[in-house]
Amino acid sequence: MAAEGNAKPAKKLSLKENYALLTRGLGWEPSYEKKEDIFRTIDFEGVVIHDWDKWEDPFRLTMDAYWKYQGEKERKLYAIIDAFQQNNGQFNVTDARYVQALKVFINGITELEYLSHRGFNMLAREFPGVGPRIAAQMQSLDELRHATTQIHTISQYAKYFTGMNEFPYQFDRVWYLSIPKSFFEDAVTSGPFEFIVAISFAFEYVLTNLAFMPWMSGAAFNGDMATVSFGFSAQSDEARHMTLGIEVIKFLLEQDPANVPLVQKWIDKWFWRGYRLLSLLATMMDYMLPKRVMAWNEAWEIYYEQNGGALFADLARYGIKPPKRAPETIAEKGHVAHQMWSVFYANRDAVGFQMWLPSEEEMAWMSEKYPDTFDQYYRPRYEYWKAMEAAGTPFKNTTLPQLCQVCQWPCLFTDSGDPTTLSLRETEYQGQTFHMCSDGCKDIFDDTPEKYVHAWLPVHQIYQGNCFLPGVDPTAPDFNPMYEALRYMGIKPGVDNGDFKGGADATNWEKWTSRPANIHEGAYTDAVRDSHIKS
Amino acid sequence: MTVEIRTKSVKPLSLSFGHLQRRFGDKPATRYQEATYDIQSTANFHYKPLWDPEREMFDARRTAVTMKDWYALKDPRQFYYGNYTTTRAKQQDAIDRTLDFIEKRDLLRALPVDVRDLIVHAIVPLRHYEWGANTGSAHVAAYGYGTAITSPAMMNTMDRLGMAQHISRIGLLLDGNSGDSLSAAHALWTDHADWQGLRREVERMFVTRDWFEVFVAQLLVADALVYPLFFQHIDAAIAGGNGSALSSLTDYLMRWFDETAKWIDAVIKTAVAENADNKALISGWVLTWRDRLVPALTPIVQHALGNQSEDAVAAVVAAFNSRAAKLGLSV
Ligand SMILES: [Fe+2]
Ligand SMILES: [Fe+2]
Repeated sequence: MAAEGNAKPAKKLSLKENYALLTRGLGWEPSYEKKEDIFRTIDFEGVVIHDWDKWEDPFRLTMDAYWKYQGEKERKLYAIIDAFQQNNGQFNVTDARYVQALKVFINGITELEYLSHRGFNMLAREFPGVGPRIAAQMQSLDELRHATTQIHTISQYAKYFTGMNEFPYQFDRVWYLSIPKSFFEDAVTSGPFEFIVAISFAFEYVLTNLAFMPWMSGAAFNGDMATVSFGFSAQSDEARHMTLGIEVIKFLLEQDPANVPLVQKWIDKWFWRGYRLLSLLATMMDYMLPKRVMAWNEAWEIYYEQNGGALFADLARYGIKPPKRAPETIAEKGHVAHQMWSVFYANRDAVGFQMWLPSEEEMAWMSEKYPDTFDQYYRPRYEYWKAMEAAGTPFKNTTLPQLCQVCQWPCLFTDSGDPTTLSLRETEYQGQTFHMCSDGCKDIFDDTPEKYVHAWLPVHQIYQGNCFLPGVDPTAPDFNPMYEALRYMGIKPGVDNGDFKGGADATNWEKWTSRPANIHEGAYTDAVRDSHIKS
Repeated sequence: MTVEIRTKSVKPLSLSFGHLQRRFGDKPATRYQEATYDIQSTANFHYKPLWDPEREMFDARRTAVTMKDWYALKDPRQFYYGNYTTTRAKQQDAIDRTLDFIEKRDLLRALPVDVRDLIVHAIVPLRHYEWGANTGSAHVAAYGYGTAITSPAMMNTMDRLGMAQHISRIGLLLDGNSGDSLSAAHALWTDHADWQGLRREVERMFVTRDWFEVFVAQLLVADALVYPLFFQHIDAAIAGGNGSALSSLTDYLMRWFDETAKWIDAVIKTAVAENADNKALISGWVLTWRDRLVPALTPIVQHALGNQSEDAVAAVVAAFNSRAAKLGLSV
């Protein structure tokens, strides 16, 4: 028999009410164990939280809705990936140079998605409030999705092109991959609040569009439908993550005025670190995409100077200022891509992809996009190197570069006021000298030297003899340290590295597709000439 | 432009990633293998974690269990993100039809008041147990070693949130969406003597740092006692004379429990078979947690089952002991 009160029909719940009922009350105040023994990592950073319930859940997704929504996206995405594999879609891209850019992606970015997954998992465990815990859990699972879908997409390329099938191994060992690796490890080894400001706000909210829009448009322009598909599928997750980023910042700033200087310090640090990481994208956009979308300086203007400007104007009411080192990024925007490509080119025997000098057509494009810098500083350099190639004495660097103790880029950048002077900074700490590439990195080192002295700097490690495979004898007469260091890093010397022209990818590409491996230079091999004669 | 590939001349350089070739030979890999093996960093960590400066960021020493290869702990369900979400979405579609059926006919609200009270008293507070389990699995996913164990632990974390929300829906079906049953269940969980034993043990898991011990305590021991006691024995007692409306909802939980047990069993069996120290260590944990959890559960089971409670507990413990023995544990 129904009791009184049950005669009333069941209340209709809005999505918001439904979410609140199913979620909000799940936690409880522990009484058998002390709160500080349960959540052990949330106090040491000095952030003050008075009321975790003030956290506005940005997603309001119950788990059933998450499964259905994401499951549907996965069904669609894997239908595309299956078709891509069946149709040998890897050969539909513009040319084999585009694939070199994908190598940077699988080797340098995919493991960042994985680290993001693990980092958010720590927050998912350590935040005391139910709302923030669930937000972190969902993002953690999303990031696992991103790593997974990237692996499943790019695995098809890895079967046909060199330098892509050792991505986890290389990520832990290759010298320039310590740039992304150290970036994310820095975040994960920080406290939970610094991590979430670093990743959710500084990276996802402020900088992610910069990574995403040019990169995905570049993939689309160059016929890489698989990358476009996982990219756009991930973008709907990214929209949620960006919302989390801004909610986090507002929550921290509103909880206590003591949080403002901490948040400002982390914004300054992670903006700079994120910017240095994304500079890799500058090179990919300007040099590695056979069909270009926009230049790095244009992307920086749109996605940082304009969008970021509006964001920081909005945050001014909390007492937050734009990132301290933003002016340097603007001053450098005409230089970074060219300086990096030059360093990679000069060290092409020590990298896991194949390199080329920009064609006439590409240099004309750069002159137009970079009227204040390219013709004056970089064109002469490339023309000189072209002449050396033509003379059969190509320019190569034989010593490994000095790395920045913080961002781990080679100290290749010039002073923002003077593009002819290398920017070198140093700090004495405990009787040792540490080198930095910039004021931004020096700020970071000087704030927490005890953390950065532990950085695993690959070039130092190579010189100290720590980067050889077991069984290698450095006293053997035919010992070749560069060759052995490459093997340790998972780079196949003579296959993965060196010149694009004459390399395995370019040669296979022309044999398999009968199309030029470099659309700007015409055929390298008879495979292309043959097919043109036949048709 | 149509691309004509001379398919005959295209022979892939390799059939799978290098790390998979070294494990399985050069043959096409499954999506589970691609998404799982060797993905977590193992070398050349840069910084001492501020939250655990004595160890590396990923460090096998966060448990006393040892493995020569942490990727031996594989998931027989072969879940990766895509087949995990599509599997759960399909299951959710099915349970949604049941929820809809029950809601439209007000089947839970039509139950006699003492039965409804019993469900609020003895079933709905388990939403907090599930939230506790969510914390435990998040701990395993965060601090575990190797993607083979951490990825399914991540999925289990989310499953537990899903199960907590499913149990909450049972509450809302009882209270007509007022949420009164949920507040009542919260008070029972935090204050009522019947639940304090279990809450005490859940909180003890929160301060257990060894992630493998958390895995054993929560997923192997506690779940193996809680699920059959509540969703079979207590459920059956309620169903007797009151129809199967509640059972059609707890069935979802039991199916999930059975599916998940395949993963748990594979992990435990492999770790126990690895070496004698693991076997002794895990067996010790199993005994300790079993002997804490059984008395902790007794009051609430007694409340629900009265004089049948002893038999129910004995049956569930016996089933657990034989499962543990099959996994190679000495219990
Ligand atoms: Fe991501
Ligand atoms: Fe730097």
